Amino acid sequence: MDGAATVALEARGLVKRYGAREALRGVSFEAQPGELVAVIGPNGAGKTTLLSILAGILAPDDGEVAVARGEVGWVPQQAALYRRLTVEENLLLFARLERHEDPRASVEEMLELSGLGERRSEIVARLSGGNQQRINIAVGLLSRPQVLLLDEPSVGLDPRQRAKLWEFVSGLAAVGTTVIFSTHDIQEAERYGHRLLVLADGESLFDGGPAALLEAVRAEAPEAAGRDFETAFVAYLQHRGH
Amino acid sequence: MRWLLLKDLQILRRSPLQAALLVAWPILIAVLVGFAISGGSEKPRVAFLNEVPAESRISVGGEGLPAANVKNRICKRVECVEVGSREQAVSRVESGDVLAALVLPADLVEKINSLSTLDPGTPEVEVLVNEDDPVKAELVKDRIDSLLAQANLAIARRIAVEGSRYLKLLIDGGNLKLLGQSIPILGLGATARILAALEPALAPNLRASLREVIQFADQGRENLNVAGPLINRLAQPIVVDRVAVGGSSPPLEVFAIAVAATLALAFVVILLVAGSLALEREENAFPRLTRGLVSREALLTEKVLLGVAVGFVVTMLLLAGLELFVPLEWSRIGLWLVAILLGGAALGAAGAALGAAAREVRAVSLLAFMVTLPVALLSLVPAGTVGGGVYDAIRIVTALFPFKPALQAMTAALDSAGPSIGEPLLHLVVLTLAYGVIARLALRRFAAV
Repeated sequence: MDGAATVALEARGLVKRYGAREALRGVSFEAQPGELVAVIGPNGAGKTTLLSILAGILAPDDGEVAVARGEVGWVPQQAALYRRLTVEENLLLFARLERHEDPRASVEEMLELSGLGERRSEIVARLSGGNQQRINIAVGLLSRPQVLLLDEPSVGLDPRQRAKLWEFVSGLAAVGTTVIFSTHDIQEAERYGHRLLVLADGESLFDGGPAALLEAVRAEAPEAAGRDFETAFVAYLQHRGH
Repeated sequence: MRWLLLKDLQILRRSPLQAALLVAWPILIAVLVGFAISGGSEKPRVAFLNEVPAESRISVGGEGLPAANVKNRICKRVECVEVGSREQAVSRVESGDVLAALVLPADLVEKINSLSTLDPGTPEVEVLVNEDDPVKAELVKDRIDSLLAQANLAIARRIAVEGSRYLKLLIDGGNLKLLGQSIPILGLGATARILAALEPALAPNLRASLREVIQFADQGRENLNVAGPLINRLAQPIVVDRVAVGGSSPPLEVFAIAVAATLALAFVVILLVAGSLALEREENAFPRLTRGLVSREALLTEKVLLGVAVGFVVTMLLLAGLELFVPLEWSRIGLWLVAILLGGAALGAAGAALGAAAREVRAVSLLAFMVTLPVALLSLVPAGTVGGGVYDAIRIVTALFPFKPALQAMTAALDSAGPSIGEPLLHLVVLTLAYGVIARLALRRFAAV
């Protein structure tokens, strides 16, 4: 990433194979500091595989990932928390495992950030799905990452919890954290994503802003141009053979 | 690693049922085993009617034995209920108050004493049995048969000794005490010597006949010398020469304690290690942990350490509970610790391999029981109770799992006169490493859906 100070993360030609099946076929993109990048696409498009490679959990068969500086925080789709521990105990455990100089101070910071300070002593299993996801993200943020990866963060949340979650995530981006999230919800991607990366069958079909995607949809599927974004997007995928 | 260990202990503390089971399990096992090895079997109640006169003495071969000793011997084996008459004995047996009645008739001692005379009688005792309970009736029969066999053997020995004494007198000469008088017996040896001395004084035509008599006396002495040991053999035709081969076996109660302790250690360690490893996957924490926070090897080590720590506490609780029933050699506590720690490590490594392979907590629990219980039972099968081929197969299977070497190490640690502890400890170290490698390999696909 020499001379690319404005790029927080760059993926180049990522390829991943599971046996004969190619889950990713040379996917490349980059993300800027403070940018919210939505990775969208149908089931089996390769969204989770891409995020797992960016997180370092999976190794690509080809291609590489470059991060400008700092850590990459990763928040899995399902809350990776110990449900029999309290909110505070979970945060403290991961802060200690990350060898923070002052783990308790880090916990206080995350409790403040997630707005769950008053529920610090509650067993995680008793929290709502939305609050569990907030703790899940707070754990991902403990390492103060420059890039945060969220794998379908809003799955299973009701509209009110979703709104709170996106308010929280948008707040992170506002202070300079690059957030790359995957989602099935096209409207959510359009609403919160600064940039959209469209994947289908492991291929990158589109990389740009929501308005640019709308333009591309109009151009590729003019019959769906006047309809809602999700319908137009499905028509666009069909026109591209997916 | 210590923070993960602390986390697992916190989770354990938050699972009241699991924690209660961990405490209740060793206590339950300790109590069951304690009662089993400290409580004697229930003695059957037997009515005892002794009609033998109090002053009677069993005297075979000049050695007296108070008749009361017979009663003492019998009442060690059964609970004696003394009755005053045969009718009372019958009544007690019929009412079910006692399972049997043993009647020693008045002439019993007299007939026993006659066995060493020229007119031996046949001593008889009477046994009245209530067979309402066939199991206990069989028990009574076995015990009385055993007592009679012992009594017959003792009497036969005395008779044999007396017979040998008479033979010795006949061969070597001496004094025979009879009716308060001492009668000198010349003996065959002295007879031959006297006759040989007389030979030169006899007329030549008589010498040939005298030599025949001398030869007979010599042959008689030589042959009767052989007869003595033969008579002694009659008293006990078959002698058991017990030779221990391949190490000494531990006392039964020590072995029972070792089995209980190893079972507790095995179940606690395997279930805990396998379950807590599978829980990392079920809580979705495994990828987060192994993404730079903790290495897979460190995670496995932490789980094994957790199992060893909890298994150690549970096993020591069990041993302390058993101390209430059977005194243990606490001076050997150093060896107990080694046996528990290495046994726990090998069992923990096996648990980690099971947990990594099965991946889900419920599947892990089921698999742990399905593997541990049969292997533990197979480990208790003694040689000789099954065919050679089957036993070889059992030996191979049990050698591949840490239960048997852990049991051997525990037995050796508990029993000061027991087998060597070195070999099972080495076996445990090898199994720890082998299962550690298997667990590490199984972790490669641990997080996969």
